[in-house]
Amino acid sequence: MTKPLSAPLDVGFDYTRSLGPTLGRFLTDLRRRKVTGIRGSDGRVHVPPLEYDPVTAERLTEFVDVASTGVVRGWSWIPEPLEGQPLDRPFAWALIQLDGADTSLLHAVDAGSPDRMSTGARVRVRWRADRVGAITDIECFELSDEPADEPVPADEVTMVTTPVHLHYTHSASPTEDPFLRGLMEGRLIAQRCPACSKVYFPPRPACPTDGVPTTEQIELSDRGTVTTFCVVNVPFLGQRIPPPYVSAYVLLDGADIPFLHLLLGVAPEDVRMGMRVEAVWKPREEWGPTMQNIDHFRPSGEPDAPFDSYSQHL
Amino acid sequence: MRDIAVVGFAQTPCVRETDGTTNGVEMLVPIFHEVLGSLGLTKSDIGFWCSGSSDYLAGRAFSFVSAVDAIGAFPPIMESHVEMDAAWALYEAWVKLLCGEVDTALVYGFGKSSAGQLRRVMAMQLDPYVVTPLWPDSVGLAGIQARMGIEAGLWDAEAMASVAARSRAAAVSNPLAQLSGSVEVADLLATPYVADPLRRHDCAPITDGAATIVLAAGDRARELCERPAWITGFEHRTDSPSFGARDLLTSPSTVAAGKAAGAEGVEVAELHAPFSHQEILLRQALGLGDDVVVNPSGGVLAGNPMFAAGLARIGEAARRVHDGSASKVLGHATSGPLLQQNLVCVMEGRE
Repeated sequence: MTKPLSAPLDVGFDYTRSLGPTLGRFLTDLRRRKVTGIRGSDGRVHVPPLEYDPVTAERLTEFVDVASTGVVRGWSWIPEPLEGQPLDRPFAWALIQLDGADTSLLHAVDAGSPDRMSTGARVRVRWRADRVGAITDIECFELSDEPADEPVPADEVTMVTTPVHLHYTHSASPTEDPFLRGLMEGRLIAQRCPACSKVYFPPRPACPTDGVPTTEQIELSDRGTVTTFCVVNVPFLGQRIPPPYVSAYVLLDGADIPFLHLLLGVAPEDVRMGMRVEAVWKPREEWGPTMQNIDHFRPSGEPDAPFDSYSQHL
Repeated sequence: MRDIAVVGFAQTPCVRETDGTTNGVEMLVPIFHEVLGSLGLTKSDIGFWCSGSSDYLAGRAFSFVSAVDAIGAFPPIMESHVEMDAAWALYEAWVKLLCGEVDTALVYGFGKSSAGQLRRVMAMQLDPYVVTPLWPDSVGLAGIQARMGIEAGLWDAEAMASVAARSRAAAVSNPLAQLSGSVEVADLLATPYVADPLRRHDCAPITDGAATIVLAAGDRARELCERPAWITGFEHRTDSPSFGARDLLTSPSTVAAGKAAGAEGVEVAELHAPFSHQEILLRQALGLGDDVVVNPSGGVLAGNPMFAAGLARIGEAARRVHDGSASKVLGHATSGPLLQQNLVCVMEGRE
């Protein structure tokens, strides 16, 4: 068997979070080239500051200024940095206990070579020039006995935005694969469940009723029945057709599950449940492994299907 | 309290990459068939279903809902999910059985780690304000902990490589393992660092896979299984997510969970240690002596299906009770960075 079709998918989102009084103070101070910790129930100074004590769960409120210099308590060496990490050249991850703190902060040390790193090494903050109020305002740490740059004034921050981008390779299932390859040739390939004989289009990896993989392929025609529909009146970002227009569930002849598609060529007020429709395909040169090969459905002109013919598919 | 036992266990082969989707259906259908078939059950005999998986790992929303297709959830079933290793789903199912609501439960976990870049995906479990924006990778973080232990004299590179070598040797008897065979410690130590002080053999491999366990209560368990693995202690504890404030050379949550679950006296322990030094640390935290057989399956250094590997540890331990080779065993699962959360399930056979 050939490998199923697969394709890259990049997932990205800018997570935007409000900071609250504790992290807001910490990140505002980073913007000011200052590091602030918080005193825990046991007197330890936590950097980064915690909102609640990790042992007593007591709310913590006593901020403590700590230095922008400190000592390495533990480290590892990253010979090939990954996307998004603080440095794009080999660096050390380190737990750094800042002078005046009792706990350690994770950050990168720009040491150049693992030979220059050691537990107990003195480091200082290398401040980023364009600070926004984020942990990345610390560009990295550098090996040094010298003090870091002095604090400067900056506005308070109350929000932080963290862009997250992850990259995946998604594979089609063994049943989706012939469906997608069929679409490339303008064919509609469904699968029948060996237990309940229901026909799934698009196919699913297993029959959701019986939990068994579907094995029998069936080719369907591109005609079907509108089971239900809605008239889209609301504009939204990325909309390709000016409203009002109709999104309809289409049950292909011989299938047991309807799918959502666009219905054009008829005024919204004339669309009915039971209306018979046919696919309007895009030009062949635009076809790919996608249902978008069907540009839309339009009325076929046949008489409406009786309710009983689709009542079990609503 | 009701007596509840692990009566069935099945898992897929651990492999570097499968062709299937990230919703796990292709991996789950065969192991559901296997575990239910071995017990003479059908899906309608199961009172409660519970799963563990992660949408970040799957790279798609509600992947656990798609996974339900593998069950054939009609007529409607009672079902739940945790965004954690399925060992915690097993805990939820155990509580459900304790409450007397149902007599049987099927628990499953699945993960297709090969779809994404696991070292980066794992940054999603860190503090989203002050840690995740740096994209710390799971191997780099574990390297810090490993070095701290080396410098404190708790283990060294040779002891770490010995864990890896023993894991692969044990996995020779496990046909589902990803990595197995006879390797020399000296040869392992001659390999380059992935993240100094960690070498490739110190890190669990990237694995696609799934696992499932069936639980049953009282007489139902005795009907289904000649020698049920009765759960005599099941506890989980957590440490602070602020790992810079933790003592990384021990695992207070493991110590506490082990004590509460009654870990003393076990003959076999399956430990969920994704890095070689963590097995040494966990042995110490659970007070396991040299007479305890640790990871006879090879453990996760021989195959680490994310979100299923902890559940599989409990299944592997239970299997030693089912086959009569042990009478008291322990399965351990971990979650979160650097052994932050730990779960211990102690099981016993009864004559």
